[in-house]
Amino acid sequence: MSQKKPEKLIDKNDVRNDGRGLNELRPLKIEVGVLGNADGSAYIEQGKNKILAAVYGPKEAHPKHLAIPDRALLRCRYHMAPFSVEERKSPAPSRREIELSKVIREALEPAVFVEYYPQTSIDTFIEVLQADGGTRCAAITVASLALADAGIPMRGLVAACAAGKVEGRLVLDLTDTEDKGGEADLPLAWMPNLNAITLLQMDGSLTIDEFEKVVNMAVEGCKQIYGLQKEALKAKYVAVKEEVEE
Amino acid sequence: MDLPTFFERREIVTPGDLLAEDDYVAGDNTYKEDGKIYATRVGLVEYEDRKVYVVALKAFYAPSVGDLVIGKVVEVGLGSWVIDIRAPYLAVLRASEVLNRPFKPQRDDMPSILDVGDLVMAKIIAYDRTRAPLLSIREPELGKVKRGQIVEITPTKIPRVIGRKGSMITMLKQETNCQIIVGQNGVILVSGGSPKDEQLAVMAIRKIEEEAHTSGLTDRVTQMVRSEKGGVEHVSEET
Amino acid sequence: MKSQTMVRVKQKQIAQLVSIGKRLDGRELTDYREIQLEVGVVGRAEGSARVRLGKTEVMVGTKIELGEPFPDVPDQGVLTVNTELVPLASPTFEPGPPNEDSIELARVVDRGVRESKAIALEELCVEPGKKVFVVFVDVYVLNHDGNLIDASALAALAALLNTKMFNYEVKEGEVEVKPGYTPLSMRNYPIAVTFAKINDKLIVDPWLEEEQVMDARITITTDKDGKICAVQKGGYGCFTTQQISEAAKMAKQKAGELRKLVVKG
Repeated sequence: MSQKKPEKLIDKNDVRNDGRGLNELRPLKIEVGVLGNADGSAYIEQGKNKILAAVYGPKEAHPKHLAIPDRALLRCRYHMAPFSVEERKSPAPSRREIELSKVIREALEPAVFVEYYPQTSIDTFIEVLQADGGTRCAAITVASLALADAGIPMRGLVAACAAGKVEGRLVLDLTDTEDKGGEADLPLAWMPNLNAITLLQMDGSLTIDEFEKVVNMAVEGCKQIYGLQKEALKAKYVAVKEEVEE
Repeated sequence: MDLPTFFERREIVTPGDLLAEDDYVAGDNTYKEDGKIYATRVGLVEYEDRKVYVVALKAFYAPSVGDLVIGKVVEVGLGSWVIDIRAPYLAVLRASEVLNRPFKPQRDDMPSILDVGDLVMAKIIAYDRTRAPLLSIREPELGKVKRGQIVEITPTKIPRVIGRKGSMITMLKQETNCQIIVGQNGVILVSGGSPKDEQLAVMAIRKIEEEAHTSGLTDRVTQMVRSEKGGVEHVSEET
Repeated sequence: MKSQTMVRVKQKQIAQLVSIGKRLDGRELTDYREIQLEVGVVGRAEGSARVRLGKTEVMVGTKIELGEPFPDVPDQGVLTVNTELVPLASPTFEPGPPNEDSIELARVVDRGVRESKAIALEELCVEPGKKVFVVFVDVYVLNHDGNLIDASALAALAALLNTKMFNYEVKEGEVEVKPGYTPLSMRNYPIAVTFAKINDKLIVDPWLEEEQVMDARITITTDKDGKICAVQKGGYGCFTTQQISEAAKMAKQKAGELRKLVVKG
């Protein structure tokens, strides 16, 4: 069952199919501390993306031969629910999920003080409940909050956002349709306080000049998302404080 | 002389927030890089003279020698027990730190002293990052937990349960008529005359945990406990 | 994955040298190791190539078979890239199903070929929606001495350029083989260039011990027009935007040099 492809993805006034401007993020909703059993958790909705992250740890690494003598082992599992996409996806990990689990882990690790907890493991589980493009970025955004919610010391939060090129224009935060029909998609993760890129991938076709512009666009998108991450982390405490200290 | 700081005292900060620069000293839950001090956890920032630190709103327990902890036995070994003290590392209680005589495997039955699932109050006698924290229950008030209820809260809020100069915990013990033993690892043992008294203490502790970052807490908790008790006394008067 | 057996003294030595613009094997920061390329090394494959990049050795074989198209592109042939990190290639490779490193390698090589539209896939359609030709690119890593990505991508491109398809005619939806061969129709020539970051400096073509010391790597694949068609950051460290720009420009330049080894004329 394939969908009918829309005629155009962006109209002549630079308005995208979902009504957004070229440099606009999809609507975001973030909640921290949503799961009772996990040490830390967070949930994000970004456009039609719905993603949940949970963190367990630091705890003693099992099996023991995986433990690293001088730091914690960070493990990450990115997984899509069978009902998350248009055509049912098999629950078994696909090659894409395996690659994404790796790059997401590599995007989060620079932020975590793994050297404080030798011989332990910190496990991050990401479940994509509904997918519409840019899931690896939303996954990083929400996983970094779950790590902070678990009380794991971090160098900073990691925010992630994709940018790209669709119908000749440079755009921010592509949907699945825009990614499939466009010329380039570039997911990027950013640690704002250290000015550092921790995830960078690209597929498509861009001149070097366009590439630099798209990277900068994605970084600006990350900065906006970072503001929302901070608010979400503080939200619970701010609400209690306001209610109680009047 | 004003040094650059970027937040007000007791403002909520998040990991990566720039707290201060240059000559400040990096205290708890912060780190310094390139002359800048950032928070590592969500919490309330405090500036004290030249030191900046963060009182974390949520963090797991970091074992420290001398701490009283309450843990659960997860494994019985030959000559030692493995105890879960809600820290990244499991703790070890050796038989020599329990019995006041040398341990003889043929005569002593380990599980009859402490079995899997038992709760135990212990003190941390040794800990460095290279091996498991070591416990002891030799002191008189330590040992197996025989009665009462357990409340688990995030360890960073334990100081609030105790209060300045013990003001909060003293009030709680008086008002609820319960014995309250506070483990530094965030586990609190409450034991009182009746389950109702214990429940009241548990409620109060939960409220402290939820509102730990606010001011005027001791008064509000006292008020809540008294008004709840008012209900209980009313019922017993009727009988 | 950091090696725990590598002597720390050597680690320090490599890092210190890099910060003064030198490398242990005498190369400049932007030099590739010596590259040897052979094509047509495996008779039974439709196309094949072997690349030696320093001591790293990769062999690629291609095979073309009939198969079904993807539902969203019913009139195009299919490309599928597979890699094997053969256990004899390194003490760190274990037998078993592909691990994350093997999968990442395959997908990065695939991305370069696919996004640059190197193969004229629309010429591989037999019956739209039903029958197309599938191009299998199998990458075999025979010796791991660092920078598997660039070696594999180069060998894959060379193997594809070496690939010949049997001539055929479509009669009533069936493929009828005819005498003779035609080279696989190739339109672009993607080249991957990988950088390692050590002590905040970028070095091209890291060998194994440099990879064990590096804190991150970035691979930039460019096509024959100098356009970027794939990017992949790896490793536990990070990059600044300036470093990324620097890498992109250098990658375009180095790719031009490497392309000459594979594409004659």
